[in-house]
Amino acid sequence: MADSQEKKVGIISCSGEECVEGTISRVATRLVLEKLRPDQTVTICLPLFLAGGKEEREFARDYPTITVDGCDKMCAKIATERYSGKPASSIVVTNITKNSQCPKLKSRRKLNDETLTVARKVADKIAEEVDKVLKH
Amino acid sequence: MNMDASGQKKIIVIPCSGIGKAFGSISRDATYEVTENLRKDITQTLCLALLVSGDEKSLQLVHNNKCITVDGCPLQCAEKNVKLAGGNLAGSLRVVDAYKENRHLKPKGVTFLDPDGQQMALALAQKIAEKVDDLLEEH
Repeated sequence: MADSQEKKVGIISCSGEECVEGTISRVATRLVLEKLRPDQTVTICLPLFLAGGKEEREFARDYPTITVDGCDKMCAKIATERYSGKPASSIVVTNITKNSQCPKLKSRRKLNDETLTVARKVADKIAEEVDKVLKH
Repeated sequence: MNMDASGQKKIIVIPCSGIGKAFGSISRDATYEVTENLRKDITQTLCLALLVSGDEKSLQLVHNNKCITVDGCPLQCAEKNVKLAGGNLAGSLRVVDAYKENRHLKPKGVTFLDPDGQQMALALAQKIAEKVDDLLEEH
């Protein structure tokens, strides 16, 4: 494990193609990487991880990870546990939207103002979890 | 087996949705352009991660219908994962196929596609739609 200055957190998003929550998980992850915690986080490409990506699996074994899943099938979390170990934290978008009376979630392709607001909320939650993980 | 109202099988379009580079986002956007617009009645997409997790419905879908994969990089994770799942892989496209004919486009945005990325996604979607038509003619 790297020392605290070098410590990075891997964010693994499901990017599920069948539902808008998959798009939200993806956009929220990118917002954390690009804007909220760019120096503390990296992302791991889930399809590559699943296809046997050696570097991705080693990273997730050696560094803390946060999985971000669109729905309660939790593919990102299950895959991370299967191939690399228990994630430090796990976020499910539908848990957040359930609590916030999410607007009608429709387009999977492009987020509208309302779904983008949800993505920002999920991104804030991921950033909070990153801070918690790095404090340990 | 997944069929439309007329009883015709669907063609499953599966992007890699790679999250690290613009080409992954283009694979995803092109897939939605086909499944929600260009060939919406005869195609659909599915969650790649769910398929690889062994979801029974997803496995049935790729076993019983022709699949086209759309990959953002040379590692071709969508193609690999569909093969690993024993899917009926009938076509494999890459974003670079559209890039070769549109070298003036320089997509950069990953979170949100910029105009160049959107244009490349539309070009790629046309190629996917052509492949869908070819597969339907073969039938």
